[in-house]
Amino acid sequence: MHKNGQFDLPDVNRLSHLPQAPTDPTQPIRANSRLERVLRSGRFAVTAELNAPDSADPEDVYKNALVLAEVCDAINATDGSGANCHMSSLACCALLTRAGYEPVLQISCRDRNRIAIQGDILGAAALGIKNVMCLTGDDVTAGDQPEAKRVFDFDCMHLLHTARIMRDRGVFLSGRAITTKPRLFLGAAANPFVPPFDWRPQRLAKKIEAGADFIQTQYCFDMPRLHQYMQRVRDLGLHEKVFILVGVGPLRSEKVAEFMRTKVPGVWIPDPVVERLAQTPQKQKAEVGKQICIELIQQIRQIEGVHGVHIMAYRQEKTVAEIVQRAGLLPRARVRAETRAPIPSALVES
Amino acid sequence: MKESKRSPGSEWLKNHPRLLELAYDSSKVLLKRFYPLLKRVNQRATERFMIWSEKRVKGYTFNCQMCGQCILHSTGMTCPMNCPKNLRNGPCGGVRANGHCEVIPEMPCVWVQAFERSQMMGAYSHEIKLLQPPVNRQLQDGSSWINMLEGVDQQTPPGWTPVKDLTD
Repeated sequence: MHKNGQFDLPDVNRLSHLPQAPTDPTQPIRANSRLERVLRSGRFAVTAELNAPDSADPEDVYKNALVLAEVCDAINATDGSGANCHMSSLACCALLTRAGYEPVLQISCRDRNRIAIQGDILGAAALGIKNVMCLTGDDVTAGDQPEAKRVFDFDCMHLLHTARIMRDRGVFLSGRAITTKPRLFLGAAANPFVPPFDWRPQRLAKKIEAGADFIQTQYCFDMPRLHQYMQRVRDLGLHEKVFILVGVGPLRSEKVAEFMRTKVPGVWIPDPVVERLAQTPQKQKAEVGKQICIELIQQIRQIEGVHGVHIMAYRQEKTVAEIVQRAGLLPRARVRAETRAPIPSALVES
Repeated sequence: MKESKRSPGSEWLKNHPRLLELAYDSSKVLLKRFYPLLKRVNQRATERFMIWSEKRVKGYTFNCQMCGQCILHSTGMTCPMNCPKNLRNGPCGGVRANGHCEVIPEMPCVWVQAFERSQMMGAYSHEIKLLQPPVNRQLQDGSSWINMLEGVDQQTPPGWTPVKDLTD
């Protein structure tokens, strides 16, 4: 099935001592997306975040995607990240599928009500998008237009469960039938690094119940906290029900770190990390930032129940590529993308 | 009103969820007994009275937002509609390190409190784990007591399927 079958990958990509994936063969295939296949095959997955451009030029999407596609299994297109306006996630994903890339659509509840959301889910599936990430979204006050009306008609659980109902039952929330069900691999977010810590694993359980097939976490800079969280996740047996990708990213300097932990909602960076950057000479800060990220990835890979990493780096696609390479996560499996939008049969010459 | 100026309700009462649980159970019994009678006497007046008293009682205690479909007993006697994002199923990922709200930094996160208080409750403490259906926005500003007694607040959108009925 795979062009370069999984067997000629280097050992680092197949940690045989860790049965990474919920490999239960009776588990149904959700969407057969490339991301899903990579995860189900037990490989350590890599996803990365594409920063949607402030531009109407599709080239600006492709320019970034070209770098990321080489080093990751799927590309997340953010949905107004930080409540700032950018090209919409749906449009970015549509452009990505046209070029044969594997996108992850992000839908946040901040800007759309249930009618718009269900329409977007169907539209996404029709465009060949198979991975959908269901988020609550940053509040409007986090962005540069805080005077906007916040919607939050749904919360992320409602969004997840509605997408699941559309996929599994083929109905809208109103009960009206959908003639062709959307095939979706559903994602959700988790943040193990902010309170209430005791409840975070239970919240993950709720997300799985609501329909999450994979999880991408917030930035991880705190390994002890992640270990605690994963211990609870394993105790609850959740790592066998969902694929968990831990979020990581490089910090360019202690100023960036300080900005992120004070201004970006939900980012927790412990003091030792910031101090390590502060004590580094100016010219080497970026390098140390990358180094920290690589160290984190290597530690994260050793954790039982973690199935991949999700790399987020605002406008630093080349740095992402370098990190993936230096962390020993290359080559990525050449699982050919099958996410192209279907060609209408009327247009296919017989 | 600016959000940060909103009164959070009675902290003392909310920090004694056992007491509120008792009040919830007993008022439910009372309402169940007397509502049919009141309704027969004058339905419109009963409704107005219920809304009036609910606004005052629950407004004072919980800073009730009158969503009309109360799930206080499932959320540690802490009103989820006080969450600026109106989340019904738990905290977002933006909670600050000190347990405060992402949107209103001086306000403790509704869900951090809800979780702590739910652990202090008796019969309802496990209900915080339940998947709550989407909010019916048509019930806003109505009486959740009446909606409970009439069973309106239990109705979910026709397509909304409980997890147990969704088979893989």
